[in-house]
Amino acid sequence: MSLHISQQFNTDLETVRNKVMTMGGLVETHVQSACLALIEGDAVLAERIVENDFKVNAMEVSIDEQCTNIIARRQPTASDLRLVMMIVKTITDLERIGDEAEKVARMARELAEEGGASGNFPEIRHLGDHVRKMLHDALDAFARMDIEAAILTAAEDQRIDQEYESMVRQLITRMMEDPRCIKRSISVLWAARALERIGDHSKNICEYVIYLVKGKDVRHTTVEQLQKELHDKQ
Amino acid sequence: MNSQNAHIQTHAIDPSKLAFGTTTTRLEDEDICLRVNNLQLFYGDKRALNDVNMVIPRKRVTAFIGPSGCGKSTLLRCFNRMNDLVDGVRIEGEIQLDGEDINDRNIDISALRRRVGMVFQRPNPFPKSIYENVAYGLRLQGINKRHILDESVEWALKSAALWNEVQDRLHESAMGLSGGQQQRLVIARAVAIKPEVLLLDEPASALDPISTLKIEELIYELKSDYTIVIVTHNMQQAARVSDYTAFMYMGDLIEFGATDKLFTNPEKKQTEDYITGRYG
Repeated sequence: MSLHISQQFNTDLETVRNKVMTMGGLVETHVQSACLALIEGDAVLAERIVENDFKVNAMEVSIDEQCTNIIARRQPTASDLRLVMMIVKTITDLERIGDEAEKVARMARELAEEGGASGNFPEIRHLGDHVRKMLHDALDAFARMDIEAAILTAAEDQRIDQEYESMVRQLITRMMEDPRCIKRSISVLWAARALERIGDHSKNICEYVIYLVKGKDVRHTTVEQLQKELHDKQ
Repeated sequence: MNSQNAHIQTHAIDPSKLAFGTTTTRLEDEDICLRVNNLQLFYGDKRALNDVNMVIPRKRVTAFIGPSGCGKSTLLRCFNRMNDLVDGVRIEGEIQLDGEDINDRNIDISALRRRVGMVFQRPNPFPKSIYENVAYGLRLQGINKRHILDESVEWALKSAALWNEVQDRLHESAMGLSGGQQQRLVIARAVAIKPEVLLLDEPASALDPISTLKIEELIYELKSDYTIVIVTHNMQQAARVSDYTAFMYMGDLIEFGATDKLFTNPEKKQTEDYITGRYG
């Protein structure tokens, strides 16, 4: 994309884009650490994430304000307008992902305080890795404005949902076999649920990337429809 | 969560099925007032309009945008044959007003200009009273009955949102009005003869922001009765007032479509670069 005649406008948009990437990076770290804290039973790490969630919130507020200023001062149109709108929505999802990571961390802290958590959750390790990669790919698709990557990443959400469901079934079986582990299993279930939600938010981000690049709102469509629609137009 | 929700079918949202409906404007649904077919215009050897094809929908606002010298004013002036007054102009192709070729040799130009009125960039009231300015076109048509003129002048001034400001000084000179008032007076003069089409060439570029907003509000009001075509350098103004926008560049019509679409997701890169303020 060629540059704006107004250098300042370029700088404004570039700054806000970079801030979103920074916020995405921070949120990604939180997700990763929360999973680690859960798996390793690390209460200290879990506590740190809970304490640091305010940073994500603060970034959301700051980026939001900057977007409002750009709209007021520059009246962006076309792809610039779509970028600003997309960023406003993306940061809401990122902030929610931050909240979900905080939930996982809280569960990790609870489980760690009860003791003996490590090695008990191989499934959650896998789900956690999967979700973190999806978030990473979604942010990457945004950074590179790559709709192919966005479509592929959005499709991952289905697999994450399936993984979550199979975890639910496993946990139910475990609870039936040994009622003493119900409390722990419910905590794990909450954590898994939070990770599954992160998948949903990451999918939203992919949809915003498609809106940004193609100008087409693909929310509330299935992945198949989405692929078909975009390939028809190309 | 698929299996839990498997019985719920998900569909793409079809906006037409929503309770609040849709505001989408589509050219295919419009009643067409003016049709431009393969229009070319030359100033001597220089080609100013290059094979322009477009339609102007009735009772809608159509805006022409583009950099200086792109041919938007030239195209606008073709609609009431103002270019006839310029030496060395040659026109090819045709423009139909309600199916009639306006460049036909048999057309009555005064009749055409009664149907297609025009307002220019600088307000150009005649050095007469406010009343006489508005009544001028009617008098030209041979209307001299006092009560008919009174009614028409009042109606036109009300249409142009100027009545409240001038009703007590109708017989004072129009030159004493502010720029914004003069521009609305000129619009009143244009609507007094009840044209079908109103051509506005940069009607607000010499006005302050408040007068500009008044003119824009007026355009919105007038479109229920008139087909309006506006040339503007102010892109935000085009975005605010128009239903359809045409982007022109170096005599070519680059893109023409619904304003909502053109300003959020234009099809051509040239349009995108222009409206976002990028280097072409």
